[in-house]
Amino acid sequence: MDTGTLIKMLWEGLLQTMYMTLAGTFVAYIIGLPIGVSLIVTSSNGIKPIPIYNKIVGFIVNVVRSVPFLILMIALMPYIRKVIGTGIGTGATTAALIVAAAPFVARMVEQSLLEVDPGVVEAAQAMGASNMQIIRKVLIAESVPSLLNGGAVATITILGYSAMAGAIGGGGLGSIAIRYGLHRFQPAIMWITVVVLVILVQLMQEIGIKIATKLDNRIN
Amino acid sequence: MSDHIISLQGVSKEFDTKNGKITALKDIDLDINHGDSYGIIGLSGAGKSTLVRTINLLEHPTEGKVLFDGKILTGLKNNDLNLSRRKISMIFQQFNLLMQRDAIGNICFPLEIAGYPKEEAIKKAKELLKVVNLEDRANSYPSQLSGGQKQRVAIARALASDPEVILCDEATSALDPKTTRSILALLKKINEERGITLVVITHEMEVIKQICKKVAVIENGQIVERGDVQEIFTYPKTQAARKLFFPVGENKEVFASGKTSTRHRLRLVFDGRSAYEPIISEMIMELQAPVNFLYADMDVIGDQQKGQMVICLADDPQKAEQQKEFLRKAEVDFTEIIEEGEGA
Repeated sequence: MDTGTLIKMLWEGLLQTMYMTLAGTFVAYIIGLPIGVSLIVTSSNGIKPIPIYNKIVGFIVNVVRSVPFLILMIALMPYIRKVIGTGIGTGATTAALIVAAAPFVARMVEQSLLEVDPGVVEAAQAMGASNMQIIRKVLIAESVPSLLNGGAVATITILGYSAMAGAIGGGGLGSIAIRYGLHRFQPAIMWITVVVLVILVQLMQEIGIKIATKLDNRIN
Repeated sequence: MSDHIISLQGVSKEFDTKNGKITALKDIDLDINHGDSYGIIGLSGAGKSTLVRTINLLEHPTEGKVLFDGKILTGLKNNDLNLSRRKISMIFQQFNLLMQRDAIGNICFPLEIAGYPKEEAIKKAKELLKVVNLEDRANSYPSQLSGGQKQRVAIARALASDPEVILCDEATSALDPKTTRSILALLKKINEERGITLVVITHEMEVIKQICKKVAVIENGQIVERGDVQEIFTYPKTQAARKLFFPVGENKEVFASGKTSTRHRLRLVFDGRSAYEPIISEMIMELQAPVNFLYADMDVIGDQQKGQMVICLADDPQKAEQQKEFLRKAEVDFTEIIEEGEGA
């Protein structure tokens, strides 16, 4: 394979990986963020305790999280095929990523919101804030830096998942690494993809920490 | 407008814990008038924090009614309760400021909740920063402020919603003595100049002496004594009040040396008049019998000067009796100190 083709292939792989990771993370947050918030709000010392909801949703989150991603993806394949028409490729992988990552994101969000001082929530209640106001202006607003840090971790985890998906027909860099490194014995190409993945992870982590630190008013 | 701004009627609170039910408040009746500065004092675990939290229903009482300006709060729907809560501000021991907002942002917070236009809110917040003497820290974040400054921001925030009451939950307990005095002076000024009712929860007598006109002593979830601070300071009726007002508790080592003649210890309270007269030295000279001074302190309670002193009378019982007679004639208020478990 000449260098031009190689670069083109890697570039396309990179774009696919980025697409799966970012789209997957984005949608996972759209689903996971409200779930995470609801777990905090409905917990026994939350602002609106609903023990039954909290137990059930917490249980579902744990179940999905305890299934290894590859197995989850294989299990989901028939359903994904029904919904989007195919069980392989970037589209199918992204769908599987969302299902796997949403509960993970929910737990990350829950952890971040747990850091908010209960006294501040109490102060807001004493001021006559509604539960929605407390969620938006206290719970979420106060934990923005932590949420961003969590966001970086979640994105990196989802990047890892997307690479794994390459093993079973997902697209992206992971798929290139497996096809060339494992099936065609071309370790050089595999190592190049590894290096690209490492750089991606570093970038995401650095950017995440930078923004989070910049926005955090607790440390000045 | 009701006579009482706050009225608790038969309020009880029980908590379910792993070790069974805990009764935090037992059948509390409490009326607080408009413009009062009302102290609620008790040792930790007495239930005072639970009590203040039932006033704005951060804790819902298991039984009883809470009235705010004649309106029954218990049983109100959330929205109506939130509207009433805007008239009852609260400040806390740990300040509870939003860490991600600067001073102005924190003061604007209750105004945002109430749906104030942003510019008006900022204008008002700036005025309030002046009231609490922090104009120059408008854009500082809580992490950049000292404890006293944080509490000033919290007080400005409490004032933002034009409240009728400010509940102070151990508001100075995390501050050093000097900062405590300045914060208390600020609260006193707010009470006097704006007519805002203060409800002050504390375990420190000094706080009550400095800013409260009335006080309720709470012990084991019950109010055991209540009335004017001056009255209770001079004639505490219950053991709980004595424990808080007498210096014995905090000065145990002072009394240890006087163990041999414990029966003859007296706590004297001087009012404004006799505080200036050398009564004790006259007594010593006239009766030619010594007394031991164990403790002496001057206080300004409200606007009156009050002194209290603990003395140990002469060993000779006859002389001691004469000394007591002398004090009675001089119209000095005194009580004999009998320590717990030591009584006849």
